[in-house]
Amino acid sequence: MTLLYALIAIGALALVFGLILGYAAIKYRVESNPIVDQVDAILPQTQCGQCGYPGCRPYAEAIANGDDVNKCPPGGEATVKKLADLMGVEAKPLAGGEEAEPIKKVAYIREDECIGCTKCIQACPVDAIVGATRQMHTIIADECTGCDLCVEPCPVDCIDMIPVAETKQSWKWQIDAIPVKQLD
Amino acid sequence: METLLEQIESGKLWQFPGGIHPPEQKSISNQVSIGSLPLPEYLVLPLKQHIGANGQLLVNKGEHVLKGQVLTQPGTNWSLPIHAPTSGTITDIKPMPSAHPSAMPELSIVLTPDGEDKWCDLQARTSIDGLDNKALIDIIHHAGIAGMGGAGFPTYVKADSAKTIEFLVVNGVECEPYITADDMLMREHAEDIIRGIEVMISILSPQCTLVGIEDNKPEALAAMKLAAQHNDKILVRAIPTKYPSGGEKQLIKVLTSKEVPSGGIPADVGVLVQNVGTLFAVSEAVYKGKPLIERVVTVTGNTIQTPQNVWALLGSEVKHLLYSQGFTPVDEQRVIMGGPMMGFTLPTVRIPVVKTTNCVLAPDNQELAVAGQEQACIRCSACADACPQTLLPQQLQWFAKGQEYDKLEEYNLFDCIECGACSYVCPSEIPLVQYYRVAKAEIREQKLEKVKAERAKERFEARKVRLEKEQEERQNRHKRPARSAPAKDKAKVSEALERVKKKRPEQSAVQAAIERAKAKKADGDATTLEPDNSAVALERAKRKEQARKYKEEKAGTDQGSAPKDAVAAAIARAKAKKADKETGKASSEAPTEATADDPRKAAVAAAIARAKAKKAAKTPSEQTEVEKPATEVASEDPRKAAVAAAIARAKAKKAAKAAAEQTEELVHEEPVTEEAQEDPRKAAVAAAIARAKAKKAAKAAAEQAEEPINEEPATDEAPEDPRKAAVAAAIARAKAKKAAKAAAEQAEEPVNEEPATDEAPEDPRKAAVAAAIARAKAKKAAKAVAEQAEEPVNEEPATDEVPEDPRKAAVAAAIARAKAKKAAKAAAEQAEEPVNEEPETDEAPEDPRKAAVAAAIARAKAKKAAKEAEQARLESADTTEENSTSIPESELNPEDKRKAAIRAAVERAKAKKKAQEQEGNDLS
Repeated sequence: MTLLYALIAIGALALVFGLILGYAAIKYRVESNPIVDQVDAILPQTQCGQCGYPGCRPYAEAIANGDDVNKCPPGGEATVKKLADLMGVEAKPLAGGEEAEPIKKVAYIREDECIGCTKCIQACPVDAIVGATRQMHTIIADECTGCDLCVEPCPVDCIDMIPVAETKQSWKWQIDAIPVKQLD
Repeated sequence: METLLEQIESGKLWQFPGGIHPPEQKSISNQVSIGSLPLPEYLVLPLKQHIGANGQLLVNKGEHVLKGQVLTQPGTNWSLPIHAPTSGTITDIKPMPSAHPSAMPELSIVLTPDGEDKWCDLQARTSIDGLDNKALIDIIHHAGIAGMGGAGFPTYVKADSAKTIEFLVVNGVECEPYITADDMLMREHAEDIIRGIEVMISILSPQCTLVGIEDNKPEALAAMKLAAQHNDKILVRAIPTKYPSGGEKQLIKVLTSKEVPSGGIPADVGVLVQNVGTLFAVSEAVYKGKPLIERVVTVTGNTIQTPQNVWALLGSEVKHLLYSQGFTPVDEQRVIMGGPMMGFTLPTVRIPVVKTTNCVLAPDNQELAVAGQEQACIRCSACADACPQTLLPQQLQWFAKGQEYDKLEEYNLFDCIECGACSYVCPSEIPLVQYYRVAKAEIREQKLEKVKAERAKERFEARKVRLEKEQEERQNRHKRPARSAPAKDKAKVSEALERVKKKRPEQSAVQAAIERAKAKKADGDATTLEPDNSAVALERAKRKEQARKYKEEKAGTDQGSAPKDAVAAAIARAKAKKADKETGKASSEAPTEATADDPRKAAVAAAIARAKAKKAAKTPSEQTEVEKPATEVASEDPRKAAVAAAIARAKAKKAAKAAAEQTEELVHEEPVTEEAQEDPRKAAVAAAIARAKAKKAAKAAAEQAEEPINEEPATDEAPEDPRKAAVAAAIARAKAKKAAKAAAEQAEEPVNEEPATDEAPEDPRKAAVAAAIARAKAKKAAKAVAEQAEEPVNEEPATDEVPEDPRKAAVAAAIARAKAKKAAKAAAEQAEEPVNEEPETDEAPEDPRKAAVAAAIARAKAKKAAKEAEQARLESADTTEENSTSIPESELNPEDKRKAAIRAAVERAKAKKKAQEQEGNDLS
């Protein structure tokens, strides 16, 4: 009889704790970011296709499926490192042998040479080019990711990739620029 | 228990953690009253002297302005106007070095004073009664007042706080060594400052106003207390001297015991801080109507003979301030804007005083030592003790060095006020603040990038959705019954068709073509290659057939213009061809003779047709919709026709590239281009197309860099009309590209071109050209042993008609050369030498132009030889040589400068190609 009571008691306890745990599992569920989203968040979103995939998201998916992490030239070494950390793989140098610190560029249309063919508009992955057929086109510099994709389709070669000019906002202090030490 | 207010009123002060006591050095400059400066030679007024956006320029270069006249119109987004500090002339508006550690140029107005210092009309007031908050804030806004303590935050924004302000804190602390600008201002203008405070009080209506002044400024304290006597809401407090008690957050802590939350602003705890200088400016603006055009600047340091505070007009150069006070620079002289703790060394002294400049410090090397060598951190924790924000400077330093930005944020790097106390106390001379500044800039940039990336992603996704939708719509359109074209267009087309019928018996050829096409299509039905698209393609073909039939039926009147006619025919052919292409079969060319009443037009038509055919071959189901309307539009006038042709060709090009098989010869595109020359616009289009081709060619060459030699000759021959020259050059380049492409595969062979060509030579020039063509063809024929490629028979007529004038002859020559080259390429393994080239060349040089042609041919040969000799690299060297040779030739007509431009274009194309070869993305 005692045995029965003990079993019942323990069974009841188990049930109660089970319920509590079950409830907690639902109530306090941690939304874990799927790996693809995490990878996608690291990628620079230039949508340039230099990795061989049609955009950053597809490459993120490919990485999640085991592709190399060193195919993103716009991201540079920093991105490779982050991706390697996330995926738990060895960080390799960039596949194309590009420079580790890519220079940020922005497309620029030499407007007097533009014939208004709209080819670059079609190529732009982020719709950063405005223009219409047989009208001059221009780049919305703020939206341009510097992906290069518009340069190739331009039939008259009027698109240049120019480095983003340094502004006071983007300027960085140099260590040792200012002596702050004071000698009495 | 006393309330906070009671505690404050009873005079209680609190303490902030950390802080240091650097040598004050204030007595150097506070012994004499505020001086004034002579007018400088010129003033440099940066449009932006504060945090936020700059205003819109209101003045132009050369304009005369009066003192106090507004120069920029403030917009939204925290923008402030600037005003002319004295009367004079605007001599320039251009980027000038700015008051920033980088001295990066910033758009500035350069004002040359006229010496009269004549004010504009000022609206003075005796009291602020009757002015509501909005009016007062407006006055402050339009006076261009920004925080003068250092940050330069627009005062009107602060004053317009949505939160209720319990305490207005007036910052007269001036804790940084050397600086005495606020001290002297309080001594001399205490009443104005109090009036400014009262303006702010009337706007904000705080419970209590606290004026914090360090106890090392007894005179200022006394003056302020005296001036504030009448108002018991204004409490002047002497606070213990400690650096950095003048920091906003520190001062709030000292005076009110409140702590501004991390990442928050004082208004979050019901406090608003204003600098005494700012309040003085407010009082000047409200009571005297004077905008902010000058400020007190401490000019001090051991290299200054008479260190003192001066009223400096905004825009005066630091150099002017220094030399006015007797500046004797030492070796490696540094000039610091701001104080020794938080200021920055100026890269140059030609930097203007701005609204935030409170001190110009020119120390010698004894009083302010040059920073020593940074040594290893010994973890003494002196920095942590000194930090007024209770951060962990040494931890931050490690993370900053390791670029662990997440960690830095975790350790509240952004709460750092960059006071420099940690650097000051560090025994290892580690420039801690510098590390933080770099890290902060880095983090800010990363955040910006993140935002940008996010936006890019959004836009990318939106675009994808849009494209999908469009695709779907297109699919749906296919399913619907054929849309009939607008009646007018149809009428035109049918007219044209009718005329064709009446005019020419060969009209049957069109019919024949159609028939053939149909037959082919029927054939093709059995052998459809692409199951996905075939249904759609078939449907469309059917639809088109229907349309054609309908048109034919409708053909009634015999009118219309020849071009329309030709274009219509072309469309018909194009369709026919496309239909047959869709089946995946190689088709023969639809007979162009049908339209041959004007060969040029015929050529246009043919081009369109071919373009479509290629397209169809490549992407049977896509974009046909787009093409067709384009072509139809073309029929409306010849110009449009040309454009359409261009489009067609562009497409053809695309197709050719992507398909990478069956490269066809587009010989008769040239006529089209020539037609285009009839007006400048067309010419421009043609030129553009040409450039495009050249570029493509360059690209295709990537693996075995080929040299479009024939570009030069074309250019050389060009003369007379540069536009035409450009076109010719373009054609040449286009061909080169083609050749390059064709090299990979077996190009099709126009075997029977010869006979047609033979007819041509009516005059010696033409003869030469024809000969060239013939030769080229012969060569090609020899080459293409393996393939029995189909022949676009009708290409010849077009080509032959061309050489009606010397220019055309040049073009033809170019064509010939291009072909020759292609042949050479295709051969690759067994390049044969056309024996008969020499004699012909000899005949040619009867005139300079011919000579040029001959030269081109010669060069082409030379190049071929070189190629056969192998090595793609060597070729690029070749190019350079050719370039140099081409120059004398073009000097035949030196009067034409535009040729030079063309040549430059050619050069550019080449440069680009080379660059590509080297895989260095070095554009332009």
